[in-house]
Amino acid sequence: MIYLLLFFSFFKIGLFGFGGGYAMISLIQGEVVSRYHWISTQEFTDIVAISQMTPGPIGINSATYVGYRAILNAGYSPTMAILGSATATLAVVLPSFLLMILVIKVLQRYMQSPVTRNIFEALRPTIVGLIAAAALLLMTPENFSSPDVNPWQFGISVFLFAAAFAGTHFFKINPIRMILFCGFAGLVLYL
Amino acid sequence: MPLTMNAYWIGFKTFFKIGCFTIGGGYAMIPLIEEEVVNRRKWLSKEDFLDLMALSQALPGVFAVNFSIYIGYKLKGLPGSICLALGTILPSFLIILAIALCFRNYSQWPAVEAIFKGIRPAVVALIAQPCFHLARAAHIKLTNVWLPVFAALLIWLGGVSPVYIILAVAIGAFLYGQFVKPGDDDSHGSH
Repeated sequence: MIYLLLFFSFFKIGLFGFGGGYAMISLIQGEVVSRYHWISTQEFTDIVAISQMTPGPIGINSATYVGYRAILNAGYSPTMAILGSATATLAVVLPSFLLMILVIKVLQRYMQSPVTRNIFEALRPTIVGLIAAAALLLMTPENFSSPDVNPWQFGISVFLFAAAFAGTHFFKINPIRMILFCGFAGLVLYL
Repeated sequence: MPLTMNAYWIGFKTFFKIGCFTIGGGYAMIPLIEEEVVNRRKWLSKEDFLDLMALSQALPGVFAVNFSIYIGYKLKGLPGSICLALGTILPSFLIILAIALCFRNYSQWPAVEAIFKGIRPAVVALIAQPCFHLARAAHIKLTNVWLPVFAALLIWLGGVSPVYIILAVAIGAFLYGQFVKPGDDDSHGSH
């Protein structure tokens, strides 16, 4: 029964989680903490922290974690909890799956029409603005520290930012390799 | 037979890798996806990439998963999209499951914190960098440069959701194409 609730709850989160990522957080909290009390507020904060530190989208991370904790908190065995984890994770991606397939089918028919072409011609420059906004929104003291609080860390952050930018833009270093380099730099400089 | 299996395997592997290195979710995946899907595998052109970004933003759900579904479908139809979506989800599923099973509070480990202090500014640079070379693919000129600038400012300073901006631009472009743009007026016969 709890599996069914988990499934519907995360299906709903997947369906209404526009924009993904941080837009999903309040939605997840509403369902999982306030409505069903599967996990405590403290546990939920832990998930957000973990999601920021681990790879993967926050919607998927939290589905996996909540699915596990909810079943465990309800008194089942860890093996059953893994099943809960899988249930919630699949449920959260199912809506985008169905919608995406539908959109592809519709677009295949209308992609070459002048109306669709007009719309995408205007959307492309807009998307570049969206990416710029994402970068601007992330230039925060949480990610860079600040000159007043910790000038040493702020200086390193600005340097790593410039190095990553130049490295990928001018020297065509693979982004994954760049992340590994900067992680290693952090380990050496901060530990 | 081995050839078709190989296509599934390469797609799965590529998105598994993308899933492994996405820290902070959402937009942090853009440079990785672009590098792998556009530059390396050549599954999409830069223009297709921007169109797909618009679609993924306008639909609910997790950004990278939407991408993997689209590309999987393009390569191998429905089984392809299932295969690639699983590839994207699996890394975060396994990592979070391991964390839920084994230990908690790992974000307080000094080494982990040091590595992430180095990675965070680099991730911001990796998000900012594609704006510059995607600008050409998006045909940004003096006449439409206001679109990305306005979009970025509205999201960054105005706190507007990207979903509304995409919808507004799409509707605007549709109306512009129907009523203002000269050329194919004959089709609807209003005058």
